[in-house]
Amino acid sequence: MSNHPAPNFKNPVIRWVDSRLPVFSYVHAEYGVFPMPKNLNYFWNFGALAMVVLMVMILTGIMLAMQYTPNVDLAFNSVERIMRDVNSGWLLRYIHMNGASMFFIVVYIHIFRGMYYGSYKNPRELLWILGVVILVLMMATAFMGYVLPWGQMSFWGATVITNLFSAFPLIGESIVQWLWGGFSVDNPTLNRFFALHYLLPFIIIAVVALHVVALHVVKSNNPDGIEVRGPQDTVPFHPYFTAKDSLGLAVFLFIFAFFVFFAPNYMGHPDNYIEANPLVTPPHIVPEWYFLPYYAILRSFVDGWWIYEIFFGWWSEAKLAGVLAMFGSLIIVAVLPWLDTSKVRSCRYRPIYKWAVILFLINFIILGWVGGKPAEEPYVTIAQGATMYYFFHFLILTPLIGWIERPKPLPASISEPVLKAGSGAQFAGASAAKMEKS
Amino acid sequence: MRKFGLSIAAAALLTLGVSSQASAATGAHPPTTDYSFTGFFGSFDRAELQRGLQVYKQVCAACHGMDLVHYRDLVDLGYSEDQIKSFAATFQVTDGPNDDGDMFDRPAEASDAFISPFSNDKIAAASNGGVVPPDLSLIVKSRANGYGGIGQNFLAMLQIKGYASGTDYVSHLVGTGYIEEPTLEDKMVCMPQNAGETDAAYKTRIEEHQAPPGTYFNKWFAGCYFKMPQPLYEDSIEYEDGTPATKEQMAHDVAVFLTWASEPAFETRKETGIKVLLFLAVFTGLMIAVKRNVWRNVKH
Repeated sequence: MSNHPAPNFKNPVIRWVDSRLPVFSYVHAEYGVFPMPKNLNYFWNFGALAMVVLMVMILTGIMLAMQYTPNVDLAFNSVERIMRDVNSGWLLRYIHMNGASMFFIVVYIHIFRGMYYGSYKNPRELLWILGVVILVLMMATAFMGYVLPWGQMSFWGATVITNLFSAFPLIGESIVQWLWGGFSVDNPTLNRFFALHYLLPFIIIAVVALHVVALHVVKSNNPDGIEVRGPQDTVPFHPYFTAKDSLGLAVFLFIFAFFVFFAPNYMGHPDNYIEANPLVTPPHIVPEWYFLPYYAILRSFVDGWWIYEIFFGWWSEAKLAGVLAMFGSLIIVAVLPWLDTSKVRSCRYRPIYKWAVILFLINFIILGWVGGKPAEEPYVTIAQGATMYYFFHFLILTPLIGWIERPKPLPASISEPVLKAGSGAQFAGASAAKMEKS
Repeated sequence: MRKFGLSIAAAALLTLGVSSQASAATGAHPPTTDYSFTGFFGSFDRAELQRGLQVYKQVCAACHGMDLVHYRDLVDLGYSEDQIKSFAATFQVTDGPNDDGDMFDRPAEASDAFISPFSNDKIAAASNGGVVPPDLSLIVKSRANGYGGIGQNFLAMLQIKGYASGTDYVSHLVGTGYIEEPTLEDKMVCMPQNAGETDAAYKTRIEEHQAPPGTYFNKWFAGCYFKMPQPLYEDSIEYEDGTPATKEQMAHDVAVFLTWASEPAFETRKETGIKVLLFLAVFTGLMIAVKRNVWRNVKH
């Protein structure tokens, strides 16, 4: 994908392999000399971090699966056996459990970085859509993984979420029974969720591979949102971004480890340490924190809400409207490249849209906060307002601001602002060019 | 850029805060106690654990099992192997079938899980007014509902309180919760005002709510009327180490013991964590130096 000639490997074994299967040339081209915009900031670490978390989740997950038993009578105790009797089992499980939360934190920041710097725009639309596909797959995987310990929240969360499909007219009931493999969440449900929870991460790897291939064709966006003009704008991936990503990784691992070792249950729900009991409903059923914004959107749709009455009331029940809005809230992210009418990518040069994106982020956090509250006033009204704003941002604000906004002038090239800024400018440009050759 | 960075940092912080509210309960939180096991370097007090085991054995174990804890785990409490073996041997366990096809009783061994007071849930329910007394292995972890709001929970997390809110709850539920003649204030603790409920309606609701038969008023039990009779009284037991067995002391000790039982790897986890964080701090410092060195000649 990049046009560097294959390096001349000194080791004969590597040369022999590489002339038959050019894995070494590939790594050299894609991760050695691969040109990266030199102005990337630390928000560009999060893709690499997500990759690392995915690997950590798969490794710990495989080891947990060796000790876990997917049976309604045994699952809860098998997890506790991992916590108590398996050597370092508590460590594996807490890494896996908190890894899920870390994965979503990292990926949410990764997505907002893309939104702020316009990483979804031409020519990166497919890259963006693949990213949304990964997010959806992650959500499915996380949801099914949360069912496996078979605690109260596992069971009741699974019951609530699978029941959503019953909102679809005519076929809804059949879909739900098909998902359950019976007439309620029970052993067949747990078994298939385990099978799928083990399968989906490998599909995520495949989509991540496509995501990376697409990235290496269109190359990284950058905080200025302008195209790379030449070698003076770039530095090779190694050592520059191996070093920068390693630093980001070190800080991230520190935070991750803090939660694993000192607050492992902070992001969980205590009710999940009570074994699932189909006869006792917990007072508040809440999903894991990373689903709360979507859960708030789902619950906003109730009879009497004027948005619901205008757009859905005459043809659909409130529950179906909520389900459609929840799925719609993800689909709408995927079509963002076509909703944004501005040619300018980065919010650095978009004085109005910049604030719109920041407000969107705040609104998303409000949705998450209200999603964890009981369905009563004033939370219902707040959730409805925030839900409206979520769609308003994508459907109205984003196209509108693109039309009316006067962007600030873009720099001529990535290195231009740097060249203007300092007296050592020529030296910088020269050294970057030299490094590109070496 | 800096602004964006700040907003992202604020967002991350808020996210962490929001995530904790999932564990925020609606009821009031009992007063918090400083336990020896909170904080980065906190560990259990062996004497408290041993006294707690004694309270469990002589009081709680009459009705509550602890299926997930094994006698061998008691080595964490500072007992020797021989002490554990002789402790286990005081319990009888039904084993079998033997080669003749018969079930038989034998003394428990260190490898056995704590012997349950009831052989099955039906008997347990039948002897306890229709309710199975919950297993206590995870009682503290599963009752760690936090400290009320997002802010309190976030602060408690930074203070490494772990699931100490569950310890508070258990300790106060059996220690200070039972009140024979509760006042209106006591009732307001366990029956909080609903959103949108007028003060008058709330007061009426509290006054009209009478104890259902076979229940006991407990200030810290959500809904006020608890099916478990008061388990601890002054000098219910005589501590082996001579500590005066006040109600609060026994409640504290048994809650700490049950905190240990909720996660026996607790101390190992924190000891490992200190080493891991130290390593990562050094590693981060090293990476800062590496990154600066690599990028020193690039203007960006």
